[in-house]
Amino acid sequence: MRTLSFLLQKEFKQIFRDPAILRLIFIMPIIQLLLLPWAADYEIKNIDVAIVDLDRSVYSQRLIDKIQYSSYFKLQVFELSYKDAMAYIEDETVDLILEIPKDFERDLTREDASTVFIAVNAINGTMGNLGAAYAGQIIRRLNQNIRMEWFQMPRFSPIKQISVTERHWFNPTMNYQVFMVPGILAILLTMVGGFLTSLNIVKEKEIGTIEQINVTPIKKHHFILGKLIPFWVLGLFMLTIGLIISFIAYGIIPAGSILMLYGFSALYLLAVMGLGLFISTITETQQQALLVSFFFMLIAILLSGLYTPIDSMPRWAQWIAMGNPVTYMVEVMRMLVLKGSASYHVYFHMGVVFIFALILNSLAVWNYRKSS
Amino acid sequence: MLFGMPIVWIILFGFALTTEVKESKIAVLDHSKDEMTQQLLQQIEASKYFMIDRLIDSPSEIESALEGRRIKMVMILPKDFQYQLNHQNTTQIELITDATDPNLANTVVNYANQIIRDFQERNYPQQELPMTINIESRMLYNPQLVGAYMFVPGVIALILMLICTMMTSVALVREKELGTMEVILVSPLKKIMFIVSKAIPYLFLSLIIVAMILSLSYFVLDVPIKGSLIFLFLESALFIFTCLSLGLLISSVTNSQQVAMLISLMALMLPTIMLSGFMFPIENMPRLLQVISNVVPARWFFTIIKSIMIKGMGIADLLKETAILIGFTIVLMAISIGKFKERLA
Repeated sequence: MRTLSFLLQKEFKQIFRDPAILRLIFIMPIIQLLLLPWAADYEIKNIDVAIVDLDRSVYSQRLIDKIQYSSYFKLQVFELSYKDAMAYIEDETVDLILEIPKDFERDLTREDASTVFIAVNAINGTMGNLGAAYAGQIIRRLNQNIRMEWFQMPRFSPIKQISVTERHWFNPTMNYQVFMVPGILAILLTMVGGFLTSLNIVKEKEIGTIEQINVTPIKKHHFILGKLIPFWVLGLFMLTIGLIISFIAYGIIPAGSILMLYGFSALYLLAVMGLGLFISTITETQQQALLVSFFFMLIAILLSGLYTPIDSMPRWAQWIAMGNPVTYMVEVMRMLVLKGSASYHVYFHMGVVFIFALILNSLAVWNYRKSS
Repeated sequence: MLFGMPIVWIILFGFALTTEVKESKIAVLDHSKDEMTQQLLQQIEASKYFMIDRLIDSPSEIESALEGRRIKMVMILPKDFQYQLNHQNTTQIELITDATDPNLANTVVNYANQIIRDFQERNYPQQELPMTINIESRMLYNPQLVGAYMFVPGVIALILMLICTMMTSVALVREKELGTMEVILVSPLKKIMFIVSKAIPYLFLSLIIVAMILSLSYFVLDVPIKGSLIFLFLESALFIFTCLSLGLLISSVTNSQQVAMLISLMALMLPTIMLSGFMFPIENMPRLLQVISNVVPARWFFTIIKSIMIKGMGIADLLKETAILIGFTIVLMAISIGKFKERLA
């Protein structure tokens, strides 16, 4: 116990005496937590539109007005030909072209049918799809209105109609910041836990100070505990700061049990630190450790369901996501902070992360040699 | 390792990343369990967008279903669905989503609406309505709406940015830390020569990485390269230079490898992912972040490769982006060389 307390003193002193690291550990996450969630807005609005009106009739003007005043679209340019409008698509000032053909109004009133063209930049598939769908909605609604002006519709529709109502739970205002904040907090926690532990130990290897420890009677588990505990405390401290920031800046109060949140995070930190520890036992220089943790970190972040839904991934990628501790952290953060899920929903995650922690840490301890 | 990483990444992310929503798991509360609701459910199950994960029996189970990790939406079918539709001409379906992810919630509702509309039309075909405006839409550049078209260029920009910056900064700071830098500084070697000789091996390494990534995305991920390959390489070389000079700058302001790594990873990774425009549309961001995104070099490079690969644009259309990258490189170079000189004085 005494050995451990001395080791802890050493570690904490080392951390607090390196102001550059300390600043990075604390200030950077805070800034990122304050700024980045604002970037995460998938909502498709302000689609920039170019309109090519070859008809210049009353109806075409009505259609243009409808598009212009809808909240989805922003009328950018008004072009004389499709070809001119295409130039705007190429340099990305415009995402969607609406072309109203010549004789649009005449065909509609005399031939009972007429066609408008929509061309949309679909490199971003979701955006292309939704853009076309919104435009379609607006056109159909206008169509309905025009029809009503010409024909008396019966009051009770003889047409069978299934109506659909929708309710959005947990986030009724459909706010994206709310969605991103807990996820980003989870990532920051992962980075601090995983990176710092691995870098710290490898640094001792590289400078050679680990030799000095190896020749002392300090036990293997003392050394490892001495390394883990400081970063574990730092991690939990960061979580607290993160939660305070998300309350102050975003008004997010964890809806679920805070105790559970801390309990899970503590376990999770153990798992990622175990990974860091393991990496440090298989690498010799900081550069190597960095590359290895960087490699895993990017995969862990992008395949965690933080940015893109896991259900949409191919089956094999879903398996990788399931073997990724970050997935569970992001899920639990969202469940406990946003949904206020009852604790029993988290037991599964806890079990999985516990197994991760156990495996990774035993691997690390087993792999750590005092002799070189 | 250095070559293996980008390969694994591009394959993994190229296949796995997509904002497309499919196979969302839903729960169904069917109050009527008649022939028609069975049909509707079959149609939903058959679509690629949904998977019916479970049938629930009472409204009290809705909450716990949505609180769990799998269910994204609960669909509630009313009592006497078929009867109402046949005799009162109307009936109502209720959808409750887990809106913690608003994008997902919206998309799922849209798809459900589509399926319900199709179902209605198939069962009760309507007669031709007079005065119909038909819509013909064209999906430009990406008719199949493949997610990879957006993500592959993004991942290329991300990988190059992180690897190049990190490698240079760490390599230089390592020399500082080991003290070999001093040896070079006192030798008659010109500073510029030193920096250039440091940069060139990494430039070559990175160009090889670019070649690997591009061939993988072309042959394995089926992302087209419509523009000129040479132009694409030239632009990549330019971007690599930008990243190398950023790495140089980082190394000139830090003294330990740890700090250099933390800066080039923790400080660069998330902002590059989020602000370069491949994950989230930049137009949607608040003004402040749009301004910040301007100084993320990956943002410009992302536009460049996307335009060359998928739209097949040439140098004339990308002058602005190219100029900005050149500007970045010159400024970053100038600052870091200045910093090196300072150390000597």
